[in-house]
Formats: sequence, C-alpha cells, structure tokens
Amino acid sequence: MKHLLTLDDLGADGVREILDLTDTFVEVSERQIPRVPALRGKTVAWLFYEDSTRTRLSFETAAKRLSADTLNFSVSSSSVKKGESLRDTVETVSAMGVDAMVVRHSSAGAPHRIAGWTDASVINAGDGRHAHPTQALLDCFTLRSNLQSFEGRHIAIVGDIKHSRVARSDVRAFTMLGAEVTLVAPQTLLPPCLDGWPVKVSHDLDSVLPTVDALYLLRMQKERMTEALIPSLREYSAGYGLDLARAAQLPQHAVVLHPGPMNRGVEITGEVADLPRTVVLDQVRNGIAVRMAVLYLLLGSGVDLTTTGAQ
Amino acid sequence: MIIIKNGRVIDATGDRTADVIVDDAGAIAEVGADLATPAGATELDAAGCIVAPGFVDLHAHLRQPGREDAETIETGARGAALGGFTAIVAMPNTAPCMDSAAVIREVLDLGATAMCEVVPSAAITVGRDGEALSPMAELAGLGVRIFTDDGTGVQDDRLMKRALEYSVGLAPATGGAPVTLAQHCEVTSLSAGGCMHEGEWSSKLGIPGQPAEAEELMVQRDIALSRATGARVHFQHMSTGRSVQLIRDAKAEGLPVTAEATTHHFTLTDAECASYDPVFKVHPPLRTEADVQAVKRGLADGTIDAIATDHAPHTQSDKELPFDQAPPGMLGLESALGLALTELDLDIAQILALLSWNPARIAGIDDRHGGPIEPGRRANIAVLDPDHEWTITGEAMASRSANCPYEGKTVKGKVRHTVYEGELVVIDQEAQR
Repeated sequence: MKHLLTLDDLGADGVREILDLTDTFVEVSERQIPRVPALRGKTVAWLFYEDSTRTRLSFETAAKRLSADTLNFSVSSSSVKKGESLRDTVETVSAMGVDAMVVRHSSAGAPHRIAGWTDASVINAGDGRHAHPTQALLDCFTLRSNLQSFEGRHIAIVGDIKHSRVARSDVRAFTMLGAEVTLVAPQTLLPPCLDGWPVKVSHDLDSVLPTVDALYLLRMQKERMTEALIPSLREYSAGYGLDLARAAQLPQHAVVLHPGPMNRGVEITGEVADLPRTVVLDQVRNGIAVRMAVLYLLLGSGVDLTTTGAQ
Repeated sequence: MIIIKNGRVIDATGDRTADVIVDDAGAIAEVGADLATPAGATELDAAGCIVAPGFVDLHAHLRQPGREDAETIETGARGAALGGFTAIVAMPNTAPCMDSAAVIREVLDLGATAMCEVVPSAAITVGRDGEALSPMAELAGLGVRIFTDDGTGVQDDRLMKRALEYSVGLAPATGGAPVTLAQHCEVTSLSAGGCMHEGEWSSKLGIPGQPAEAEELMVQRDIALSRATGARVHFQHMSTGRSVQLIRDAKAEGLPVTAEATTHHFTLTDAECASYDPVFKVHPPLRTEADVQAVKRGLADGTIDAIATDHAPHTQSDKELPFDQAPPGMLGLESALGLALTELDLDIAQILALLSWNPARIAGIDDRHGGPIEPGRRANIAVLDPDHEWTITGEAMASRSANCPYEGKTVKGKVRHTVYEGELVVIDQEAQR
C-alpha cells in the first residue's frame, strides 16, 4: 500500500492488521524511552491547509517516536498567501525528498489530487467532509480495547453527520469490522442521501441509548445555527446532548467517545465528559500508537522493532 | 469555387445524394446529381459522408475579453470549425462582461476574422449582477438576439419578469426579429456552495451538493413568467428529469419556450466525481443515470430543441485545484458530434436538427445558418463521416485549454470538412488557418 487516503485503501483485513500493529506501538509508547529507530532516515512532511492542533501533534509525536525526520510546511501562513497553486506546493515539498506527506485540507478529495502529483506516500489527515482514516482507526482501536470485538456490537453516532469526515470514516470502519451503526441526528444534519450506507437512522436518542455498546458524539459547530440547520444549540442539546440522566440509560458496559475538541454543555455535559466510561483521553493516547502503525506500515515495513532507538 | 461530390445531403427538407457547388461569393450555386466540376474549383470527395448545414452552438464560452490564457475568440472558433460549427453563440461572462455596446462591438470585431460566425449574446443585467437591466434595445440594435446572465440565473423574480416584458417590445431595435431570454436555471440560495449533484455520490464523497430542485424551481418560475408575459424563454443546459418534464408540459401548453441539453448531460453522470478530478466539475452538475436517460428522451421527443456544448475552457492551473475550489466547466466543441452520434439512439436527420437548424432558429440566425442545402443559400456547410472512429484527447484540440472530460473515449463520427461563408476552413479534419 502506497497511500492512506480512505479506509478502502486498507480493507477490513488491512484495518485489522493496523490494529494488531498498534498493540506493538502501545507497548513502545509505554517504554521508558518511547522511541524506536524504525523510520530513521525517513522524512515526513506536514501539509496542513486547515488548522489542526491535536491531529498534527499526534502525527508529529508518532513520527518522532519512530525516529523519522519531520518537515513542517506551514501552508496557511506562506505559500497560499503568496498565491502558489496546490500542485506547485506539493511538487516543491516533493523535491525536498520527503517520503510521506501528511495532508489536512478543507476540500474533500485534496489528498487524492496530491497523490497524483508526488512520489511520496500521502496520508490523509482529514479532507473536508470526506474522510479522516486515522481518526477512524484510533476509534476502532479504542473500541476494540473496550468491547473486544465488533461483531454484533451496536454503535450510535450522534450529531452533525452531514459535515463530518469523522462520521463518514467511522461508519465505513465500524461496519467493515462487523458492527451495526445507527446515525442519530436531526434530519438537517444527515447527509442528503444515505443510499448505500449500511446504517440505521434515528431521530430519537433516548430510544437508542439502552441498545448501544458505544455512543460516539460528534462536535456540534456553532455556525450550523446560522445556516438554519438547527434552531439553537439549546434545542440541539435538549434533543441530542448527553447529560447524566441520559448517560444513566446506557448499558453498564457502554463507552462514550468523542473526536475532540468537546463542546462541554452542548453535545456532552461536563459531568458526562468526566465519567470513567467517557474514553476521550484513551482515544488521544491511542491516536499516537495508531499513527505510528500507519507510518510504519507505509514507510518502514520490515524494520525490527525490538531494539531501542535511544543509543 | 468548391464542389462537394457524391455526398449524402441531409437538411430540414430531406435526404438525397447530390453534388454541391459553392461559388466565390460564399453562396450555394448548384445542388444536383453528377454535376460537372467547374474549372478551377476545389473538389472534395464526400462519398460515404453526409453533407449538412453547418452546426450552431447556442452555448460557448470564448473567454475573450478577459481570460485569453484559457481561450480566445480565434481559438474557440477554430475548435468550433473543427467540430462542424459554422456559428457559435458567445456567452457574456467575459471580463469585462458583455453588457455594453463597447464590449459587444469588440466581440463582433474579433469574430469578424474567425473561422466561424461568432454571435454575441448579451447579459440580461448589468455586470450579470442581477440588479439592473442591461441596455437591451441598444444591444439588440447591434444584432444581439439572445440575452442571458449565463453562469448564474436571474434570481430576482420581479427583475426577471421586467426583463421578459421589456424583451417583447424590442422590435424597433431588431427590425421585427424576436429576441429570446436564455436562462441558466439555478436558485442560488439552494445551490450555494454546491460543487456537484446533491445525492448518493455527493453524500458519499463529502462534496457539497447542488440539489436538482435548485434548477427545477427556476424552470418552473420562468415558465410561469413566460406565460404571464408572452415572452420567449430559452432554457439552457437542462440537466434533470423533472426540468425536462416541466418543459414538455409548457410546450404542450403552447408557451414560447425552447430548451437545450449539453453533450455532457446526456453522456456523463455524477459517479465521475468519485475521481475528485475537477475536469468533471460543471454547472449545472452531472446528474444521475435516470436524469441522463430523461435528457435523452427529451432530445428524442423534441422537448429539447438543441444540443449545446457549454464549451467552457479553463487553464490547467485553474483545474489543478481541489474539486470545490476549481472553476466549473469542460470543453465541448470538438467532441459534440461524435458524442451525439455515439450516445444518442436517434436518426441522423434528428441529430442534425438538434445540432443545426433548430439552434439556428433559436439564435435568430436561420437566414444564414441551418437552412436547406439549396442554391442561393449562404454556404455554411459541414461534411461529416458518420462511421469514422476516433479517440478523444483534450491535448489534440484547438482550444487553448485541455479540460476535456472524455479523455481516451472512442466515439464514432467526425467532421471531415467545414465550409464557412464559402471558405473551406476545415479540410480532412485539418483547420486551414
């Protein structure tokens, strides 16, 4: 595999392979010196056309723990303002001899275009509303740690599915691994057409809560109100927000996930965010290991992981 | 002089094998069987070919003035001639916009030496801003017969009604000829931000969509306004099944409406967008297979009067952008005939009607284009080989741009020679200047 643009590049077996590999990197991350020389001599560049703190830090930490060199192309502050085309930027970065580009872009499909213009591996770190494969992988890893398997499990994704790349990739990943998925949202926050999506749809969170093994809350963006997609955040929270009373309706074993950053008081109350069943920080921790696995798979396959990179 | 020998002559009056002689004044001199070659005449063998009135494109973006890096009137007209067109209606979304006598004169001036007739349309509203009417009578006085804000539709209902009312009284400026308001039907409050058809594919790809009803609501409105005003409305690039049905009903009612469909709307679907290649980005967007079939039925039963190209050149760097940032539009002039003959299950005469005499009538240029191949007519003629197989490539086209969505597609049917005003502008698929 050359690029990771969507989970379809991996397939179910590929996803399982990454999750198994992630176990190894969780172990590496727990070492006293959490570093291996697997990608020594490799260069990974960040092309972030959209603001991102957590995904970028996560990738950067992952690359450093693999001993890769990193190169930060701070796109928003430089070339775009000077009018450089996407292709010119990509070819410029390519010419510097990078082995992989981690791309975040506000346009769906931008990483697909970029993959056609470079010999480097392209890793999609989120493109528009389309896909966020490494987020889905870390979500899968977190769920597998808590639920052991996906077969027969029921996961509800709640919130702004329409604009969410996380939801699109999660639906693909969870169903690929055998889980049942229900999308819970007002009709205005669902994609216009769900033909071909192997999901159920509900507008009634309360009736769904007792049936799930995991509840995935999406971030509700404030600007959705001005687009008349919802009347108010207050009304959204009343119908789709998770508070303590609703959380009490979840089965004992069910976990709550969120891609971050959380809007406390909107999709999730502060009390629920701090419950032990809310595994948001596990997701963050796992994100580094998953991204190590992805970088390793694309760039370093075959390198021995038992030695330490500290010497 | 030119003699076109042994061709199958097809026009609105019928179908026969005949030779055609064109005189030095640019008129058809003689049509008949086994004509003797006049002394000094250029002889073209058209055996196995069809000799037809030259094609008329109601919808071409020539980008001049303003974006000469993407296309010029000269290069656009060259591509048109290669595609068998002897007249093309230039859309007004140039920079500056074709909303004033000065810009219309410039386009006419540049078109005077082109390889086909360049027929300027003019904007309905000043700057295509949808706020004030352009000087329609003055522009009609310069020969403009089609007004359109193409690229956008006139959003304001009252303004559109006023424009239609005003268009009815332009006879003093046109010498009695009617003018037509052509609409790009798109309610922007519904389509804003949309880059492809809203549906299964847009939902999957995460590309913001334009719903079908953004087009259909404006079709519906303009039918109502045509009914109210008696004015002629031409519906540009119809792309949805319901739009086609609305026009079918309006025609049954006897309203003075006409419609065009583009080659891409009966050839390609929104599934193409899965490549994220903006070469497939176009407005109105590529729709579903059901819409493609409905457009084909509309072409077959006469609901849609004309095949248009919506030839829309864009430079490589403008198209080398993410899908949502790239400008909409695709090339069309040189591929139109091949696609029509390959994709449409229609009689050749019906296809020629859609490409030639129907659009000539809508453009108000049927005195010189699209008429029967008979003595006394202007010699605007396409000679085409309906069996010639060829593979479409953007780079091989005359356009300054190469944003062709049919790259590598093999089609059947190509223009061999084109005669424009008696001049052989294309011989054996080669532009002569």
